[in-house]
Amino acid sequence: MFELERLFKAVYIWLEGISNSLGIPHFWFDLFTMLLIAVIVLAVMSVGAMFLVWWERKISAHFQQRFGPMRTGWHGWLQLPIDGIKLITKEDTTPALADKLPFLIAPIVIFVASFLAFVCLPFGRGLIVRDLNIGILYILAVTTFTVISILMAGWASNNKYSLLGGFRSAAQIISYEVPLTLSVLGVVILTQSLSMVKIVSSQQHIWNWNIWKQPLGFLIYLTAAVAEVNRTPFDIPEAEQELVAGYNIEYSGMKWAMFFFAEYTNLILVCGVATTLFLGGWNGPLLPSWIWFLGKTLFLIWVVMWFRWTFPRVRVDQLMGFGWKFLLPLAFLNLILTGLFA
Amino acid sequence: MKALKTEEFEVNMGPHHPSTHGVCKFVLTMDGEQIIDLVPHIGFLHRALEKIAENRTYLQYIPFTDRIDYVSSMFCNYGFVLTLEKLAKIEAPERAEYIRVIVMELNRIASHLIWLGTFALDIGALTPFLYAFRERERIMDLFEMICGQRMTFNYIRVGGVSKDLPPEFIPKAKEFTRIFEPKVDEYENILTQNPIFLERAKGVGVLPRKLAIDYSVTGPNLRATGFKWDLRKEEPYSIYDRFDFDIPFGANSDTWDRYMVRIREMREANRIVKQALEQIPEGDFKKRVPVLFKPPAGEIYTRIESTRGEMGFYIISDGTTKPYRVKLRTASFSNLAALPEIARGCLIADLVAIFASFDVIMPDVDR
Repeated sequence: MFELERLFKAVYIWLEGISNSLGIPHFWFDLFTMLLIAVIVLAVMSVGAMFLVWWERKISAHFQQRFGPMRTGWHGWLQLPIDGIKLITKEDTTPALADKLPFLIAPIVIFVASFLAFVCLPFGRGLIVRDLNIGILYILAVTTFTVISILMAGWASNNKYSLLGGFRSAAQIISYEVPLTLSVLGVVILTQSLSMVKIVSSQQHIWNWNIWKQPLGFLIYLTAAVAEVNRTPFDIPEAEQELVAGYNIEYSGMKWAMFFFAEYTNLILVCGVATTLFLGGWNGPLLPSWIWFLGKTLFLIWVVMWFRWTFPRVRVDQLMGFGWKFLLPLAFLNLILTGLFA
Repeated sequence: MKALKTEEFEVNMGPHHPSTHGVCKFVLTMDGEQIIDLVPHIGFLHRALEKIAENRTYLQYIPFTDRIDYVSSMFCNYGFVLTLEKLAKIEAPERAEYIRVIVMELNRIASHLIWLGTFALDIGALTPFLYAFRERERIMDLFEMICGQRMTFNYIRVGGVSKDLPPEFIPKAKEFTRIFEPKVDEYENILTQNPIFLERAKGVGVLPRKLAIDYSVTGPNLRATGFKWDLRKEEPYSIYDRFDFDIPFGANSDTWDRYMVRIREMREANRIVKQALEQIPEGDFKKRVPVLFKPPAGEIYTRIESTRGEMGFYIISDGTTKPYRVKLRTASFSNLAALPEIARGCLIADLVAIFASFDVIMPDVDR
């Protein structure tokens, strides 16, 4: 009924009609629609990230028996737009001894990397920018750019704390990338496809969801994903009490906001991917598909936030030990079991 | 291929750093994440409190004692006042002694709650902080009720306390003691057996008993080594011998033991407050003491068990209204001195946890 797919199709046909009647070459029309889609994704994700920041503040507040932002708008929903204005108008400082070029590029890289991955994420039935036949591989590949950006930021800031943060982050993301990928492979074996749409359409009913066939894989994925997006208990790259703020300590204004945004878009991404891979994606009765997708993703995000506000932080060597000595063998075991029984 | 060259580097941790609890600076020599050497730089909060004492009358100096350790001011008040009372051979009325014990033990709980919150914060758990402050808020309300202040109370005076308890204090305090025990269970639920917390705290920062005694570490840090030493039991002062309470002590002397000792100490302090509220007699709350208080000439050292350990006042009196010399012995100073010994070879994350578990408070170190 309220499927957004129809709306987009209608708009597309309408635009195509206008373009044909004006005699615009098809190449330019394609370029225009691509840009339009990119802008829509960008806008949706920005709003989503902003919503998440507000949501996290509210959730953390209620976990801690506070109210959180209350003064700006209904339950503080205007807080984030106002914070955004503040960040835009803030002075953009660069440390005198910083390596200027990487310092400037790092936030852009992380921003772009986190948005690129949304190309292959199905938000609902037919709501996917491009259904690549190697979709999940593409997402895993693109998200690794994050680590380059964090290393760049940590190195270029010319600050010892940010350098430590950058190195920690590099070590962490690389070691957790492996179990993450292995846990995804289980699903790929079951579906026999890398395409995100095929993975979703193989899980039509709730008892077909991959979480029932791959419970271990789901847990490994979720753990590794929390480490991937640097959140508590694995938030050692920005451990406030040890490294003050980690790799983004020298950033201010919009550059800092880009790191912040990327963190939340990454969170949407990993939870969206988990929804797609394990929780049946957009599939669900009655409600439109995009609401199902959104609901499942938000639930997972809530779980991840729940981790953050109840767990202490692990130490850097414990993190490595957990990743390599526990999670990786477990992921291999999961893969072997899947291969044997699928 | 040329071998990769690595070098140690120095990190100035502090004076402005989220986990140095005030303004302490550590100069760390790091090999990657590992600490090779650590030198604490203290003195950022030095206010010459000992020198100030020589230029104030005895009674004028009581408000200054609040600032020695502003998280547990009642102990500083009491330590100084007790020294003067011993010097001048004054005995406070019984009701005053009860009030003193009640406020001191409440202050111990409040101080341990701050410690619990910041300790949890330093190992990355953000929520216990606000839980702890929720209960501390109630204690602050109680203190506000009796002396109008939420910090730096200036409540305990020579010969008694500055004001009598208001009538609504005792019911409110009783309510607090009743609800506090389940709240401690709540903190324990979120931390004590949490696997990540155990990983971070068990076996981390072991302070050998001999080292602790050599550095004259006192208080919960010493008791965590299994050494049963609490001045409230060893040299009972005030009316502590009338109450039934235990001295919690640890066994392994690691961060987890120091955590556990303080958690249990909060329960014991609550027990003392409960008993004191039951037994408190009617009567005077203050003995009249001349405004120009002149203790006889002589010198005296008195120590009490403060939140952080042994707190001592050494006073030389020359019979005038001003002390000739006041020397403060504060627990945090000695406790901090032992830190570099056990932090060498740790990771930077451990240093933060160990330092937090020591419950060092910088004004107490610097005076």
